[in-house]
Amino acid sequence: MVHAVLCFHYSFQNLKQKDQLRGSRRTSRIVAFYGLTAPPYELDALEPYMSQKTLEIHWGKHHRAYVDNLNKQLANSPLYGLTLDELVKVAYNNGNPLPEFNNAAQVWNHNFFWESMQPDGGYMPAAGLLQQIEKDFGSFPNFREKFITTAMSLFGSGWVWLVLKKEEKKLAVVGASNAVNPLVWGDIPIITLDMWEHSYYLDYRNDRGKYVNAFMDSLVSWQSATARMARAEAFVNLGEPKIPVA
Amino acid sequence: MAFCALVSKKALGSALRSGAADLGSGLCQIRRLQTFSLPDLSYDYGALEPAISGEIMKIHHQKHHQAYITNYNKALEQLDEAIQKGDTSKVVGLQSAIKFNGGGHINHSIFWKNLAPTNEGGGEPPKGALGWAIDADFGSFEALVQKMSSEGAALQGSGWVWLALDKELKKVRIETTANQDPLVTKGLHLVPLLGIDVWEHAYYLQYKNVRPDYLKNIWKVINWKHASDAFDGEAA
Repeated sequence: MVHAVLCFHYSFQNLKQKDQLRGSRRTSRIVAFYGLTAPPYELDALEPYMSQKTLEIHWGKHHRAYVDNLNKQLANSPLYGLTLDELVKVAYNNGNPLPEFNNAAQVWNHNFFWESMQPDGGYMPAAGLLQQIEKDFGSFPNFREKFITTAMSLFGSGWVWLVLKKEEKKLAVVGASNAVNPLVWGDIPIITLDMWEHSYYLDYRNDRGKYVNAFMDSLVSWQSATARMARAEAFVNLGEPKIPVA
Repeated sequence: MAFCALVSKKALGSALRSGAADLGSGLCQIRRLQTFSLPDLSYDYGALEPAISGEIMKIHHQKHHQAYITNYNKALEQLDEAIQKGDTSKVVGLQSAIKFNGGGHINHSIFWKNLAPTNEGGGEPPKGALGWAIDADFGSFEALVQKMSSEGAALQGSGWVWLALDKELKKVRIETTANQDPLVTKGLHLVPLLGIDVWEHAYYLQYKNVRPDYLKNIWKVINWKHASDAFDGEAA
């Protein structure tokens, strides 16, 4: 499961304004801020489908900037002190996003994105997840086509998600603009693909189709997806387990 | 009196449906579905360097703008068909594709004219009526540049930042639009004088994630003459 790395430091404040306060006061303030989570592989491990150069800039500059800017915002924000998941939901503010939303969601999204990929990825999921996909999409090729079509029909910047919908208890493919992610609708993300131009432009220029296909064929981490499905099933009852009868 | 009955294959259906009587009474329905094509640039791809690289200009023009045009034409064909059939759902369903691709065509067509090589006047601040309007409404040319750059940098996701003439108030001001929304989506009384594309494809190969640098440098190739002409044309 994705966790933001929280870093702590102590600072002591010695307030000496005796005319403003009754006696001096010494307080210790613990300040926590979000850290930049690294992809769970080397930056060149996704070559040739996603170049090291792209990872260096996408992770090292874009993702890092979202983290730094979020921390800067939170220094003086009433939203300080939440977990990243909570922060994303609260800052979304039911569709009227607060200033912190964009940075918080983009930090979350990029954390999730690195984990949605792996070296030697692609091919197909196994066992339970494959069965669920076949149940909810008809077949794996159907799902694959739906994912690709949704990705290609996004206008502007956005992300495409495979989610487990809590209410409907089904898997679904959803596209969303800019930084919006399924947490805000109470759904459980399983995999994501970044469709912002910065994610593919260095490697694919404007050929989004090639990029999306490369993700599906060679990058997507079905291992991560399976682990997330397993965790998701703790929250969503997908039916009775098949217990073999003796 | 014979009116020209120049009808395309597509319009023939509608003319027949409305009956030969229409033609007979002298009213002729001329319906030709216009297809759009990629406008040429009036300068070489490399002429805007070092502000904008030739590689970016070439891909931006030949791939991105062309794609908007191709998809706009496709959407218009589908719209025409849906209108003929009276398929209202389809007509409404096509609106987002038309706004996106049609908007992309409008915006980029303006953009190419908003740029000029430095040896052809690119970067020269506006004089005359537009110059005075900018001083009046922004304080100074530098203030406009600074404000427009910061609004462009702050735009989340993809979009455009515009210098717009408000025809009603007779003032110039800065607007932003998301994705490929043309300026008119912010108000039919707004005329685009200058638009800067802040989609990542407009600068990524050269500036990577440093959009502020792109916005700092693009002023060197902004064609203020075109913006002035557009201003004079409307404000007259």
